[in-house]
Amino acid sequence: MTWLFVATIAELFPHGISHYAIGGLLVGLGTAVIYLGTGIPAGASTFLESTLSYVSDRSRFQQYRASRDWRVVFTLGIVAGAAVYALTFQSGLLSSGLHQTATTGELRDIGGITIWLTDVQPWRLFLGGILIGIGTRLGKGCTSGHGVCGVGSASSASFVGVATFLLVAIGVAQLVMALGVSP
Amino acid sequence: MSAQHEQHPLFLPLVFVGGLIFGFGLGFSHMAQPEVVLNFLQLSDLGLLFVMGGAAVVTGLTFFGITFVRGDAPLTGAPYARRLKSLDRNVVFGGAIFGVGWGLSGICPGAAYASLGVGNVVILYGIAGMFVGAYLQGVVRSSPLGEDSSASAAD
Repeated sequence: MTWLFVATIAELFPHGISHYAIGGLLVGLGTAVIYLGTGIPAGASTFLESTLSYVSDRSRFQQYRASRDWRVVFTLGIVAGAAVYALTFQSGLLSSGLHQTATTGELRDIGGITIWLTDVQPWRLFLGGILIGIGTRLGKGCTSGHGVCGVGSASSASFVGVATFLLVAIGVAQLVMALGVSP
Repeated sequence: MSAQHEQHPLFLPLVFVGGLIFGFGLGFSHMAQPEVVLNFLQLSDLGLLFVMGGAAVVTGLTFFGITFVRGDAPLTGAPYARRLKSLDRNVVFGGAIFGVGWGLSGICPGAAYASLGVGNVVILYGIAGMFVGAYLQGVVRSSPLGEDSSASAAD
């Protein structure tokens, strides 16, 4: 019985859980740091609209004028944080039994720094991106706004939002896989 | 969250540090790799549950816990309030459209920015797409026939 349980767990989590859990705690910690200092529950998708306010006068974007500067800084921080990861663990400068090396995509060495490149086709990224741009804005949040800050706030709108995009995404990903589109 | 409250000299540095930790976590968890997200959505590796779950537990404890300690944030004076949005059909429709995009591509906004950080320049196709999508909905919703004219409480 115990063996069966362990075998099932191993099947559901073929790459273990440590790097997922640690990464998640850090994502939460980053959000908590900003919240504790500023009272702002920061989400990642509003950046798209707030940044458009620099180039468009439309009212929809201009409403984010007050927050557009810090949202740019937040996004640059995210890029920089991932770059720190790339320079350390991804490049092999640091290693840990709790961290896993990438098993997907392509790792390329450029002057001692290891970068990671996706194999997912550009058309999928672009078309998916358009839908994400429309959907997260219409739906008032994304995986960080609803999924992390909203769920952390026990917000009913966020529970509904997360359940909706999670279930639809699982369905679509299954369909894409069934159609043989890979990667 | 008005702009004049955000003049504290540590405001932007703190936001940057928060983003730094956030982005490092997305890199460490491999959520910056669309393939890993797709493996999760195809139910072949459920590890990603621990990313969103772990993050939500930390924010949940922080968001609720801090209110017992003090009432407003030191850098802005803003009250510590939960992140609540009004629940209407937009949440469901928008969530569904986001879900189609997420399931097709394996990317979401935060993870896409982090993906750029790990060197994945191909992700620029996805980020460009997000801006196109955000712009298209903004044009529709800024027009007289759009929803903003009916005083919607979106965001």
